[in-house]
Amino acid sequence: MKFANSPLLSQRLPAWRARLLLLGLLSGFAALAGWALYLQGFNSGFLQEKGASRYSRVIELSATRGRILDRHGDAQAVSTPVKSIWAIPEDAKLQPAQARALAGLLEMDVRELNRKLSGERDFVFVKRQISPDVADKVAALNLPGIHEQREYRRYYPSAEVTAHVLGFTGAEDVGQEGVELAFESTLAGKPGSRRVIKDRRGQVVEDVESIRAPQEGKDVLLALDSKIQYLAYTHLRQVIAEYKAKAGSMVVLDAKSGEVLALVNLPTYNPNNRVKLAGAQLRNRVLTDTFEPGSTMKPFTIGLALDKGKFRFDTLIQTAPGRLTIGSATIHDAHMSGMLTVAQVIQKSSNIGAAKIALTFQPEQMWSMFDSLGFGSALKLGFPGEVNGRLRPFKNWHPIEQATMAYGHGISVTLMQLAHAYLVFARDGDLVPLSLTKLDSLPPSGKPVFSEQTAHEVRAMLEMVVQPGGTAPKARIDGYRVAGKTGTSHKLEFGAYVNKYVASFVGFAPASDPRLLIAVMVDEPSVGSYYGGDVAAPLFAKVMAASLRALGVPFDAPLNGLQVANQDAPVIREGI
Amino acid sequence: MMARVSLILLLLALVSALATVSSNHRARNLFTELEREQTRMRGLEVEWGQLQLEQSTWAGHARVEKIARDKLKMKSPAAGQIVSIEAGK
Repeated sequence: MKFANSPLLSQRLPAWRARLLLLGLLSGFAALAGWALYLQGFNSGFLQEKGASRYSRVIELSATRGRILDRHGDAQAVSTPVKSIWAIPEDAKLQPAQARALAGLLEMDVRELNRKLSGERDFVFVKRQISPDVADKVAALNLPGIHEQREYRRYYPSAEVTAHVLGFTGAEDVGQEGVELAFESTLAGKPGSRRVIKDRRGQVVEDVESIRAPQEGKDVLLALDSKIQYLAYTHLRQVIAEYKAKAGSMVVLDAKSGEVLALVNLPTYNPNNRVKLAGAQLRNRVLTDTFEPGSTMKPFTIGLALDKGKFRFDTLIQTAPGRLTIGSATIHDAHMSGMLTVAQVIQKSSNIGAAKIALTFQPEQMWSMFDSLGFGSALKLGFPGEVNGRLRPFKNWHPIEQATMAYGHGISVTLMQLAHAYLVFARDGDLVPLSLTKLDSLPPSGKPVFSEQTAHEVRAMLEMVVQPGGTAPKARIDGYRVAGKTGTSHKLEFGAYVNKYVASFVGFAPASDPRLLIAVMVDEPSVGSYYGGDVAAPLFAKVMAASLRALGVPFDAPLNGLQVANQDAPVIREGI
Repeated sequence: MMARVSLILLLLALVSALATVSSNHRARNLFTELEREQTRMRGLEVEWGQLQLEQSTWAGHARVEKIARDKLKMKSPAAGQIVSIEAGK
């Protein structure tokens, strides 16, 4: 029978069967379409992530901490990468020969190594901060359970000489002291990351996107002059050894710009090796320790007197009989001088002269002069532990306090504040802010404190101090005119004066056009003299002479001038 | 006529596909090279930092002064031994 004649063909199928089949197929397609839509549209994120995790990797990009440079661009602090070797003790089952090889490379005792690896902990540092070369050799040993990680270590080539200026960084390369802390936000780099495609062998084959660009830490260009810093350090160390002093500090400022060229404190420490660190070594005394400045304050009192027009440089003041009673207290001069001019009050450092002048002021006048010079408020250089010093509100000053403040007692300052305030005499009576970083251009004139004429007159008086007949002939420098003021003061311990002294000297040179300003403080000189004119003034002269020479500052005085001067002039002691 | 155009188009498509593959490969090679050079750059930067440290150590003022004084027997001149000259005179 032919197929065409099959009776089956003539049989009509019920229509619902075809429809059912169609419906089934359609719904199958719909399900597929829906699934595709779900995968493509709604669940795509998850799937793409899964896919990406097979080939795409996020890698961290480390950023180096910026360098600290001195004003000539010499590196003073540099971070270099080092490696730390760590281990998972459970995995680190070393053969004795392997352990010996590892210990040999790390320069450590095999027993110590084994002790570290047999500990209970999951993670131990075997040795931190080793040089990358050694780490590569360790990696070449291919030991199980021994891993390495990259870290940074900061090196300070000038070591203890610059310790207090630069400070140091902690374990994570974050600033903890000094400039490292003050300029943390500039120095610190921000690590970045980027997404890449890696091939089967782990090699990067394609850069997909930068998630966060790494920001390298920026370099800090300090105002510091490493040569002057070194000169200050070595000379201060000699003087401290010579007078067996407890401590000492020195600041060198650029008199024109207010830049800090050197800052030294002794005792000091080596920032590259901080194993044995005591608080005394760490103290940045220039900024954190206050002292009663003593006679170094007198020029400010005189400046105010000249500025208010009540006195001229040649106004006579009676200082006989060498003591002055105010209320229940009596103040003394070291020796009786009789009638003195205002200029001689500075030259001979007469307490009575300064006190008598001060008592003609309103307390508020004197307070606002001190305040505008920056006494009583921190300099805000960003160093940790900077203190304000003590300047009591003028409302409750007694006359005796006003009198003693005129010669630097009853007021306490840091050496940096004192040096800063002296800038008004080295400049034309205006005060510019201090700068730790190198300035591109000279600052415009600062905040006026005294008139230009007053500043010049006080400067001339300060030049008399170092002449024979003044308190500091030892501060003279051959070839340069020097202006400065000595200070010697009793130390305060538990609110009472004790027989311990602080010898200080603040001065600048060349007086005809001041370039450098140096403030020195020697704490508790215990052998020989303790007067500022004997201890601090020669130190000032040595550092100033060497620094001016290093800077090539032209002479402004005849050479061999020191021999001509009368060496037999009586030694003038200042009142303490 | 139509068949010939199609054949040319097919050939063009084929060439373009191969070019894509090869340039992708070249891009990856170049990228690997860039990567290698960047690693080298970082290495050199590290070395530079270390050399700077070394220079600062060798040229340290303390070392220079010690050698100048002890080995070379140098001393700083007294003020009287210095002649100062001014520019333009």
